Amino acid sequence: MDHSAINFIDLDLINIAYLFVVGFIGGLVSGFIGSGGAFVLTPAMMGLGVPGIVAVASNMCHKFPKALVGSMKRARYGQVDLKLGLIVGASAEAGVLYGAHVQEHIKNTFGDAGSNLYVSVAFVIVLAIVGGYVMRDAWRTYTSGTQHEEEKAGAVARWVQSVHIPGTMVYFKCLKARISILFTIPLGFATGMLAATIAVGGFIGVPGMIYLLGAPSLMASATELVVAFVMGVGGTIKFAWSGLVDIRLAMIILGGSLFGIQLGAIGTTYVKPYMVKIVMGVIMVVVLVSRAIVIPVYLSQLNMIEPLGESTQHLLKSASFVVMVIALLIGATIILRAMVQGRREHLAEHAVMEEAIATD
Amino acid sequence: MSTEKAESKQYFLLKTAVLGLITLGLFAFLLIEQHAIIELTSKGHWLFVVPIGIAFLFSFMHGKFTANFWDLLGIKAKQSKGA
Repeated sequence: MDHSAINFIDLDLINIAYLFVVGFIGGLVSGFIGSGGAFVLTPAMMGLGVPGIVAVASNMCHKFPKALVGSMKRARYGQVDLKLGLIVGASAEAGVLYGAHVQEHIKNTFGDAGSNLYVSVAFVIVLAIVGGYVMRDAWRTYTSGTQHEEEKAGAVARWVQSVHIPGTMVYFKCLKARISILFTIPLGFATGMLAATIAVGGFIGVPGMIYLLGAPSLMASATELVVAFVMGVGGTIKFAWSGLVDIRLAMIILGGSLFGIQLGAIGTTYVKPYMVKIVMGVIMVVVLVSRAIVIPVYLSQLNMIEPLGESTQHLLKSASFVVMVIALLIGATIILRAMVQGRREHLAEHAVMEEAIATD
Repeated sequence: MSTEKAESKQYFLLKTAVLGLITLGLFAFLLIEQHAIIELTSKGHWLFVVPIGIAFLFSFMHGKFTANFWDLLGIKAKQSKGA
């Protein structure tokens, strides 16, 4: 690779503050739902003039230390299943490599517009199916009044847990059951493929652990941080080997995101588990809209529809980015609100108990 | 008992301040020496260990600092709840 061709941007105070703040909000969301904060960082860096590949590489390099800190924090709350995280993470690594290969093939065959179209269509399809399902489930839990009850494994997860394939069964503490790793391998692979395609594997990983394996929401989102760490280390080695990581950008984003991830992780101890599904579902659906807006631009560039004017293309791309930022802000607002409310309730309960003890 | 508590709080504050200063120093060094560091990391190959090492160092120091930071502000996890 010709390293002299790589453009590493000059940083000023405004750029640093911007990346720090975006990192903080992304970290807050990741600390709470296990992932989902990183998707806005690549376009945010590219908006500053960072080449796409450097933005992806630097995003990856901030992700693994963030996931490490977040998973260690949530492990202290008893929310992490390390064994499940490492097993899913290993197959996710394979998915990342295959996903990157598919991306490269599409880019070589159809060019940048083809590659962008593939990413956007993947976003829309995955987010519509998985995001819609997560939202529906969260809404049902909310309206049925069962949000205070312990989560139960769904029908699919109960079937998965009932299948016995000799030589492949592993006990996972978060499932309180033995399941075949033949189920975790495709889940990890799909998580890795999505991570290599849209930068957020957790949009498959977390719902997969909840609905396919039967993990409680809080444990699934915490265990996803282990998966993200494993994927992040592998991805960073791959990009750093080619000299593509801008360590300044990665560490500035990490600077903000570690403040956020600590707060998001603390927030999980105050909320009802279904809040993880609500935040994840809302972000997925809004991001879906963001990617759908930009699809006509790529279709036009590939001459699959009537060509769009330069100004229209620019407008649609800007609108897409704004909606993406809104998705992250909505997620962060729901988290902070739920956290404040949960903390207030907890303090009120605590005060009542103290009063009762004092009366006795 | 209350003196012990006050002392341990002071120690915690001091520890957090030291961690904060170390983190700040790391960021200052990264930005002051940015051209040399970028030149080194952009060579790639076995020098991939440089960005990985920097990331681990920052996550260790800054991770501890940020955890203590929220703690000092009184934002702590709910004690009674496990998963």
